[in-house]
Amino acid sequence: MSDFATLAATVDEVLAGSAHRVDSLPDELAYECEPNHLLAVATALRDHPALRFEMLVDLAGVDYLDYGRSEWKTLSATGSGFSRGVTRTAGRPTGSLEAEARPSGRRFAVVAQLLSISGNRRLRLRSFCADDDEPIIDSLVGVWASANWFEREAFDLFGILFRGHPDLRRLLTDYGFIGHPFRKDFPLIGNVEVRYDPIKQRVVYEPVSIESRTLVPRVIRHDNRYDPALIEGRGSANG
Amino acid sequence: MAEIHSYTMNFGPQHPAAHGVLRLVLELDGEVVQKADPHIGLLHRATEKLAESKPFNQSIGYMDRLDYVSMMCNEHAYVMAIERLLGVTPPLRAQYIRTMFDEITRILNHLMWLGAHGLDIGAMTVFLLAFKEREDLMDCYEAVSGTRMHATYYRPGGVHRDLPREMPKYQASRWRSQKDADRLNDARAAGLLEFIEDFTRRFPKAVDEYETLLTDNRIWKQRTVNIGVVSPERAMQLGFSGPMLRGSGIAWDLRKMQPYEVYSALDFDIPVGVNGDCYDRYLVRIEELRQSNRIVAQCVDWLKRNPGPVMVADAKVRPPRRENMKGDMESLIHHFKLMTEGYCVPEGETYAAVEAPKGEFGIYLVSDGANKPYRLKCRAPGFPHLAALEEMVTGHMLADVVAVIGTQDIVFGEIDR
Repeated sequence: MSDFATLAATVDEVLAGSAHRVDSLPDELAYECEPNHLLAVATALRDHPALRFEMLVDLAGVDYLDYGRSEWKTLSATGSGFSRGVTRTAGRPTGSLEAEARPSGRRFAVVAQLLSISGNRRLRLRSFCADDDEPIIDSLVGVWASANWFEREAFDLFGILFRGHPDLRRLLTDYGFIGHPFRKDFPLIGNVEVRYDPIKQRVVYEPVSIESRTLVPRVIRHDNRYDPALIEGRGSANG
Repeated sequence: MAEIHSYTMNFGPQHPAAHGVLRLVLELDGEVVQKADPHIGLLHRATEKLAESKPFNQSIGYMDRLDYVSMMCNEHAYVMAIERLLGVTPPLRAQYIRTMFDEITRILNHLMWLGAHGLDIGAMTVFLLAFKEREDLMDCYEAVSGTRMHATYYRPGGVHRDLPREMPKYQASRWRSQKDADRLNDARAAGLLEFIEDFTRRFPKAVDEYETLLTDNRIWKQRTVNIGVVSPERAMQLGFSGPMLRGSGIAWDLRKMQPYEVYSALDFDIPVGVNGDCYDRYLVRIEELRQSNRIVAQCVDWLKRNPGPVMVADAKVRPPRRENMKGDMESLIHHFKLMTEGYCVPEGETYAAVEAPKGEFGIYLVSDGANKPYRLKCRAPGFPHLAALEEMVTGHMLADVVAVIGTQDIVFGEIDR
């Protein structure tokens, strides 16, 4: 415990003013910083003798567009039966990320997982892109070389631009692909489909012919089975 | 006539040494590589996006298909991430089973790697020998999950079911005499644990056999020594993990440094390389085969002595027993709810990593409190390795590109996702 608490205190001290700690699981360290501080924060995390996060393990883009939004807008179907409405829980840990209350500049985030091999510790660093329509953020390639492909992937899938990246090309999608498929407003079935055209003797692209289906239940947030009030009242009737 | 200095060549995507669908655009000066630009994504299936549209449990099967030669390790990271957010801990027996199967998976993966790597640079025999042992481990997969490859065996809160008391047996047929069948069934007379125990006893000999073929082999050494050297500092910069990092001399293994499940209770060593070349990485992986075998033996020993539950009792994540469903209304409802809409995972985010055979396989999971992941990111070990390919092969000969791809243990299921 002491190790973890001292580490948290050290990071708080080193990053004071440029990054702040966000809620996380008790054994994880998570920080968030303003995009204009990102490079300074990253360099400090790598070079500070008490921290030395030598390795960028992972870098992921996240699109918070639909965060907390229910696909099922009805309220409880019966008094105790299905309850498919959204029930806001008090004290949401990640702060104003819900779709309804999300301020501008809180849509696209870049999340980096850092690892210090010498100190055997991990840290998660999140930074939001300032502009929702044209997300752009500083590249971490100069700090950790492994960011190169991770950033290319985030660019490809989320359309996040990385300022200063040496070679920002698409990575995973097809040559000439249009759009950024992991954005929440990109349909799961995609926009185009390919087939081989025997007359033209080449592969052709066409608009998708299938229709989007939902075979699994939609987003369900509240569940009566686990309602603390009900569980207390019911005792151990749960089978 | 214009003098041509360098030319561009396409390596793959259907090259047998590309280990799947790697398209590598090489710029060569004679036979010396000047530039290498890997084009990936030919196997991109958007696993992460698909997972966002399904209840948590329904994506476990997708994890097998990421790194399709170390199936259960991928599942492991995924269920660990869910468990951390749910706050459930699997029972001890389930933890031992998972540890045992993680190590069986490591042996499976390394045998596949050994065979393929040998084949790539001209050693045919190892491949055949490695696959003989691999077959037995595949049978363990089959006995426990019903499938040889894509097991879907781990569950948040434990494993799907306890180890079977019987192994499937060979039967005599037109192609196999009764005598042959009996010989093959010798080790299968008792349960799965006895079969694995028998395997752990004969496996070290098999590893010796592979080593006699390769370790001091002149040709093998010519092809691997001093090829693809990575310094420790550079390995960290490039985000290497697993044998790629240990081959460069950094003693880093999540099983020791950040132990999960029961690794802290087990006795094993971490092999570390010196020079950071292909040969050292080969030696590291060979030693890992032996160490994994040791871990499996310890797990078998514990599992034989300690029966118990293999799944949490929490009805919130555990489907009810089949017998109860037949007579008990509450169980039937629970089953229906769990199988259709699943369970809701509390809001939050986590990063769970396991030491997969290829390196650190991590799952970054964001949940907004719903019954589906909000964002799932698979951190595949092969991804940063392949990203460093250009750096590793520049200045080497064309034939060494194959050796470097082999030593990186590339699998496109996890890189393209």
